[in-house]
This record gives sequence, structure tokens and C-alpha cells, in this order.
Amino acid sequence: MIEAANLSKRFGAVEAVRNVSFVARDGEITGLLGANGAGKSTCLRMLYGVLGPDSGHARVDGIDIRGETSRARAHLGVLPHAAGLYGNLTARENIRYFGLLQGMDGERLGARTAELARTLGLTEFIGRRAKGFSQGQRIKVALARALVHDPGNIVLDEPTNGLDVMAIRNLREMLLALKRQGRCVLFSSHVMQEVAALCDRVVIIGHGKVLADETVQSIRQRSGGASLEEAFLQVLGNSDRVS
Amino acid sequence: MRALLTVFGKEFLENLRDRRTLFSALLFGPLFGPLLFGAMVSRMLDQSVMEADTPLQLTVSGSSHAPGLWRYLEAQGVRLSKADLSENEARAAVRGGSAQVVLIIPQEYGRRFAAAAPAPLLLVADSADSQTRKKADRARRVLGAYASAIARLRLQVRGVNPLIAEPVAVNEVDVATPTGRAVVVLGFMTYFVLFAVLMGGLYLAIDSTAGERERGSLEALLSLPVARLSLVGGKILATCAYMCLSLALSLTAFVCVFHFVRLERLGMSANLNARTAVIFFAICLPFVPLGAALMTFVASFTRSYREAQTYLTTVLLVPTLPIAFASIYSLKTKSSLMYIPSLSQHLLMTSVLKGERIAVPDVLVSAAASLGLALLLIVLTARHWRRETMLG
Repeated sequence: MIEAANLSKRFGAVEAVRNVSFVARDGEITGLLGANGAGKSTCLRMLYGVLGPDSGHARVDGIDIRGETSRARAHLGVLPHAAGLYGNLTARENIRYFGLLQGMDGERLGARTAELARTLGLTEFIGRRAKGFSQGQRIKVALARALVHDPGNIVLDEPTNGLDVMAIRNLREMLLALKRQGRCVLFSSHVMQEVAALCDRVVIIGHGKVLADETVQSIRQRSGGASLEEAFLQVLGNSDRVS
Repeated sequence: MRALLTVFGKEFLENLRDRRTLFSALLFGPLFGPLLFGAMVSRMLDQSVMEADTPLQLTVSGSSHAPGLWRYLEAQGVRLSKADLSENEARAAVRGGSAQVVLIIPQEYGRRFAAAAPAPLLLVADSADSQTRKKADRARRVLGAYASAIARLRLQVRGVNPLIAEPVAVNEVDVATPTGRAVVVLGFMTYFVLFAVLMGGLYLAIDSTAGERERGSLEALLSLPVARLSLVGGKILATCAYMCLSLALSLTAFVCVFHFVRLERLGMSANLNARTAVIFFAICLPFVPLGAALMTFVASFTRSYREAQTYLTTVLLVPTLPIAFASIYSLKTKSSLMYIPSLSQHLLMTSVLKGERIAVPDVLVSAAASLGLALLLIVLTARHWRRETMLG
């Protein structure tokens, strides 16, 4: 479970995130929806602790990320917006590096890598150097790297960016599989169809504020059975315009 | 500590597969100095040998006016060639390069010589050309020797002891030892050694910082439960490893070069063999973490490979400054100078080259100063890595 409690962050004169609170629950996929520049990345970065909030708290499984960073991070897998690999290392070595830095020992790491290779479909290219990988292959390895220590929570910042239709579909299935395993999945996106197709809950962010935090169904119901796009636009339209 | 070693292992392996790193760390960096050096020293050798062995060539115009001088020069082994040139023609010939040194004997030479009045000679040469300048010097010396031989004869004929015209006899005593003379030539060898040290880690320092950012792997790395000091420490340690390799290669190459270049023929000897190379390695070792920390520190502030490269080329010049100052003010090894990294290594290595004894406290101070500064830079780098701006 990931909790954001009254998170605020300002960069100079810009208030990037204002008093944001929401909860991403275990066994659910939570979508963080917002236009470019709405504050999604800043919000996620505070959740995985590379940015410190000016006020408020972020907790992973109840552990404060600023207070006990290392312990909280052990419960968390992160796929940042820029999820580059080390080109001169093989896919396996890339995954192994992160596993070792998560404090895993060799045996457990080997077994876990083999398992991830099977479930994420890496077996074909796991021994190849990452230099020539396609965007789809790269995201799979980056996801495996984020999941190597078997975290209960996973945060993904715009994971579908730059992926083709097949790769997006693959990713979607992977996220659903993570949900079925009872994990808490939190991902950001600016594509509403994507969020609608995948999420149990949606947190809509505009200008650094939470505009809506509800289940996809309730948004649908509220708009009186109109198309989902209409429903989203209604939420966005109720505050000042996001995009 | 485990995380630090993991980072070290990964950086070491990854860069072992990188052609750019290997080229600069294991080829260009360590071999550039020794090869340039070997080429320069053997060229100097060739020249000085050539100078001593080849006879002086002299173009003489108006030789019929001074048959005595002609015979003398011939007897001295000067290669003479006759020409008929006016002063202006001689100038043009020297300037144009068809003759190097021209001796013009004017018509009145014979008359004035016979009258024991100073007989004029004209030596035409280009002093801006270091080659002909040396030849002109030799010609001047031969002509001077002829003049004093004639002077002695004239005094003898007049019943005067020729020694009277030599009131003093200057004997020079040169105290320079062969190794001491060599240090003039070898002075900048120490810079090449320090250059090799830095080159060895240059690309790794860039790759593990700016490269990490450019590749987009930095944020994922920073979101791991690993202390930033461990990340920075592992990266700097890997940089140090390559720098040590480069240093070892460079010293080996220098030993080989000095083995083949016969410095003794220049009247020099360099105290550089396997044993002193090991001492050099030990002297430079504390400079390694300093260089690695400095380069990593600087590269941590840059956004891209290209930017890092620009800044780090300047860093490569940093160790030259103290060495340049040292040679301008001809500083000698002093305990107070041991606090200055790069200069202290330069001075210690120079002392070893000269075959002088080096004081253990000096070595310790030099090492402690470099290591202390390295530690400070490592802490500063880790502090920068903890900042949010690191994400870019």
C-alpha cells in the first residue's frame, strides 16, 4: 500500500504539487492521470523518495519514505520515467546489478531472475547486451529490474511512453498479473483510455492538485452513463482546465 | 560496503567492454607519453651524434686570396667548396637555402694579412635557423683557432713568448652528474606519468556520472535502498582501478623506452629501471584517488557526455600548473612543497630520477596531503549526489 498524505512541493516560484493525498491499495491498479506538467512525476518522485516534500508524508506499507528510506524502498519497485539500461551489460547483468544492490544473495537472485524471465518473456534476449534492444525489450528488462526484489508495491512513471501497440498490450498484461498477485500497482499516464482500461481507481491531477480520486465505475456513474472520455472531461472541466 | 563493491564490480566490467574507455585508459593515456618521449630523445641523440661526426661544410668565395687559410681549413677536415659570390649573392644563397654557411674572402685580405693588419673575413649564416647556427658556430671556432695560431707565430717571429698573450687559462669544471643532466630532459616525463594516471580514469569518471544521466539509468539507481556514499565510492573505486592500470602500463612503457634509447650517448643516465618504476608507482598511488575523486566530482555536475568531456579536459591540465611553476622558479624538493599534490609527486619522482635519496617523511606528507584532499572531494561528491538537483 502506498499513501500520499498532504504532499506539497515547490520549485522556486512554481508550486508543482499542492497538498496531494491519496491511497493506492494492494491488489489494485491505481492510475495517476493528468496532463503533461500536471505534477504526476513530481508526485511519484516524492513517493519513491528521490524528492523530499516541502510538507506532508509519503508511506510505503506504512513506512515513512523519508524517515526510513532504505526499509521503505525494499518494499517498493520503481520504473522511473527515464528507465535506461546499461548498454554494455546483458539483460541478465542489468537485472542482477539491481538485485545485488537490493541486498539479494546470489542463489535467490538467480531463481528470481529466471522466474521474471519466464513471466515477462525475456528468455530470448536475456543473454544479449542491452545496447541494441527495442523499446519494448528495454521496458521489459527495466520492469524486471524494478521487480527483482519481489516488492509488494510498484510505481511506474508513464511506462507506456514510446511503446508500440503490441508492447503496450504486453505491459498491460504484466500489470494485471502483478495485481492478481496482490501487489499494489501505481502508474501515471496522460492517456485516459489507458487508465480506463486498466485501473481500479483513478487519481486525477491538475495543476498539482487532486481533482478526483474514485473508482472508474463511480466516475462513469456520475456522468450518467456517458462515454468514459466524456466522464473524464467532466471531472477536468469542473476545475479549471488541465490541458 | 557490499553495495560499494557491487557498484565497483559493475562499473569495472561495463567499462572493460567499452572501446572508448579501453582506448583512453589502456592505450592512448599510458603510451602517448613514453612514445613521444622516446621519439624526441632519440631525435636529440641522432642530432648530437650527427653534429660530432659529420665534417663541417663551408662554401668559400675568393679562396685565391687566402691560400694559407684554405690549406689550414682543409687540414682541419672542413669540407670546402669553391664559389664565386658577391656579398649580396651570398646572402641570397644562404637565405634561399642553397648554401648554409658562406665564407667570403675579400680582395684586400692578402694585402692586409701581409701587412699584419686585421684581415677582413665575411661569414654569412642565418642565426634564426638552429641547424645553420650550430654550423656557423663551428666555422667561427675553426677560424678563431686559425687566428690564434697565426698570432702565436707572429709573436714568436718577433721574439716574444706567445704565452704572454694568454694572461689567463680558464678550465671549466662541470659538476653535473650524468643523471643530473638527464633530469633536464626527463623533467616533463613526470607530467606524462600524471597525465597517464588521469587519462586512465577520464572516461570512467564521465561514464559513471554524466553517462548514467544521459542513458537515463540514474533515477532508477537513485531510487534503490543504497547509500549515496556507497554509489559514489564504488564508482570512484572503479575509476581508481583503471587509473592504476594506466599508471602501471605507462611506467612499464617508460622503462622499455629508456631501455632502448641509449641516453648514455648523450652523456646522461636515467635512474629508471624496474625497481625505480615500482617506487614511482608507490609515489603516484595516493594521487590516483585524488584524480578519480576530482574527475568524478566535476563530472557529477554535468548533464551530458559532451559537457563532461569539455570540463574534464581542463581538469587534465590541473596537475601541469604546479609542475610549470616548479620549473619556472626552479623549485627543489622541500618539505613544505610536499603539501601540494602533483607538485610533490613531481618533485619526488625527479629526485628518484636523479638518484637522490628521498626522505620518508616527505613521502608520507605527500601521500597524506593527496589522500586528505581525495577524501574531502569524495565527501563533497556524495553530498552532491544526495541533492535533489542530481536528478536533473
